[in-house]
Amino acid sequence: MNETHHLRRLTTIWVVLSVAADLLFWFLVGPHVPPGRMTDMATSNQFDFNVLFVIALPVLIGVWLYLAYAIVVWSAKRGGPEPVGGEAARTNRTAQVAWITITSVVVILLAAFGTIELIVNHGSGGGEGPNPVWSPAGATQAETAALAGNGTWSPNRNQVLPVQVIAQQWKFTYRYPTFGGFETSQLVLPNNTTIAFNVTSLDVIHSFWAYQLSVKADANPQINDVAFTKTQQTGPFTVRCSELCGIWHGSMYNYGSVVSQQKFMQWAQSTEAANAANTKYLPPFAWTYVPDANGASGGYYPDGTATPYSTAEIYGAKQPAS
Amino acid sequence: MSIRGRFATVAVLFLVAVGLIVWSLMAFLTPGTPGGVMDFTTTQAPGQPVNLTVQTVGAIGFGKHPTWVSYLVKDPHTQQWVQDTTWKLPANTVVNMTVLQYDTGGPLRNQEWGQVQGTINGTASLNGKSYSVYDSNTGNGVGHTFAVPAIGLNVPLIGVSANAQVCGAGPCHTSSPHNTITFSFKTPTPGSYSWQCFVPCGLGYLFGNGGPMATQNYMGGFLEVVR
Repeated sequence: MNETHHLRRLTTIWVVLSVAADLLFWFLVGPHVPPGRMTDMATSNQFDFNVLFVIALPVLIGVWLYLAYAIVVWSAKRGGPEPVGGEAARTNRTAQVAWITITSVVVILLAAFGTIELIVNHGSGGGEGPNPVWSPAGATQAETAALAGNGTWSPNRNQVLPVQVIAQQWKFTYRYPTFGGFETSQLVLPNNTTIAFNVTSLDVIHSFWAYQLSVKADANPQINDVAFTKTQQTGPFTVRCSELCGIWHGSMYNYGSVVSQQKFMQWAQSTEAANAANTKYLPPFAWTYVPDANGASGGYYPDGTATPYSTAEIYGAKQPAS
Repeated sequence: MSIRGRFATVAVLFLVAVGLIVWSLMAFLTPGTPGGVMDFTTTQAPGQPVNLTVQTVGAIGFGKHPTWVSYLVKDPHTQQWVQDTTWKLPANTVVNMTVLQYDTGGPLRNQEWGQVQGTINGTASLNGKSYSVYDSNTGNGVGHTFAVPAIGLNVPLIGVSANAQVCGAGPCHTSSPHNTITFSFKTPTPGSYSWQCFVPCGLGYLFGNGGPMATQNYMGGFLEVVR
C-alpha cells in the first residue's frame, strides 16, 4: 500500500468520525453544557463552549486516530526490520505548509470569534470595569438616574435594573438604588430584564460569580466593576466568591433567584418598606465607598463621584454627613 | 558514597523537607488555641430549647494571643468559660442565646449589620429592651455582631461605653460594665454552618480582618448541627 492510500484512508475515517462526533455532541450534549440558559449571557457562553467543542473534537479525533493508526499499521513486526523515519517525514513541504496553515487559520478564527462574542454580548457577562465599552441600550441612562436618586423600574417597561453588589469579608450584600437604596443579603432579580451589576468591595479583593447567570466580576475596593446580563428564565442560582479572600472564603456564598417581574416588584417594595428603618442609616448610594482601614471604628462612605462610568473618579475619605 | 547510600540520604532529606513543609503549613493554618467542640445536644430533653451563653471580650487575657478580642462560651456542664467556637447543636431546635458584651463599640463599616435578621420575631433584646435596628453612628456603637450567613442570622451586639471601667481581660465577670443581649433562633437542618463577627475588630491588621478575625476560636467558628 503506498502513502497516498494511507492518507486517503486516514482522511476518510477522520471525516466520518469527526462529523459523527460533532453532530452527537451538538444535539445531545450541547444543550446541557454549563452554564445553561438562564440569561442571555449564559446562552451565549454555552454557545461559545459548544463551538469550541465542535472545533476541538476533530483535532482530538485526528490526533488519536493518527496515533492508533500508526500503532496498528506502522508498528514494528516481530522479526521484521525496525521502522525508521524516512527522509520524507522531515522534508515534506506539503505537510509542513498544511500544518502551519491549518493551525494558523484555526487560531485566528478562534481569536476573531472570541472578540466578536465579547463585543456583541456586552462583555459576555464579565466585569468591564467602571467604564464599560459595550453597554446595552438604556444602561447608562438607568445608572445615571439611579445615582441621582431618581431611577425607576416597573414591570413591562423594558428598563435596565441597576443592582449594586457589595463584597465584604465574608459575605455579599446588595443595594437596589431604584428602590430607595435599601441593602439586603438577598439577591432577587426580575425575569426578562437587563441587569447592570455594579460590583465593589469594602475591604480586600473578592470576585462576584453568579454561575447560572454567567456573570463574573472582580470586586475591588473603591472600584465599580460593571457587568451586564439579561434574565430569561425564572429559578434559583448560586453566587460564590471566586477570589481567595481569607479564612471564611469558603463560606462566602448565597443563593439568589430570578422571579417574574410582578413578584420582583412585590418583593422589592416590601423589602424597601421592611428595611426602611435601617436604610436611613446607610450612607447615600454611591458606586464605590471608602472603607476605614483602621479597623472596627469606621464606617464606609460614598466617594462622592457623581457620574457613572466616569474616568475621573477621585477617591478620598469622606466623613459621614451626621 | 555508594549509589544506595546517596539514594538513602536524598530520600531522608526529602522526607525531612516534606515533614517541615507540612508542619509549617499546619502551624500556619491552625494558629488558634486548640479547641474542641462544645456539645449542647445533651443539656436538655429532645425538642426542648437550648440555652447558649457567650461573652465577647476586648482581650482574651490568656493563651497565645492574650491581647486579641474573642468570644468565650459557657460550658453547659461545668459553667466554666471556655474558648471554643465550634458548638454542637440539635437540628430544628430553638436556641435561646445570651451574649454578655463586655467590649466597646463604634460605627459599623457596613450599617447593614446594624439590623437584626433571622431571629425569632426578627428582634433581639438589649438589657431587656427589644430592638430590631441599631444606628451604629450613635451612642456606644456596635462592638461585634453574631452572624450565621448561611441561615441569614445577624445580631448587632451593642458596645459598652468607652468611658467605663471596661473589663481588661477575659473571662469577664458580670460586675464589669456589660450589655446583656438575648435573642432566639432556630437551628437549620443538619450540617456545618460557619458563624462570624462582621465588625472588623482585628485591630492592627489590614482592614481589621486579620488576627482574631482570621483565626478560629476567636471571632468565628462553626455551628455543627446534628440530628
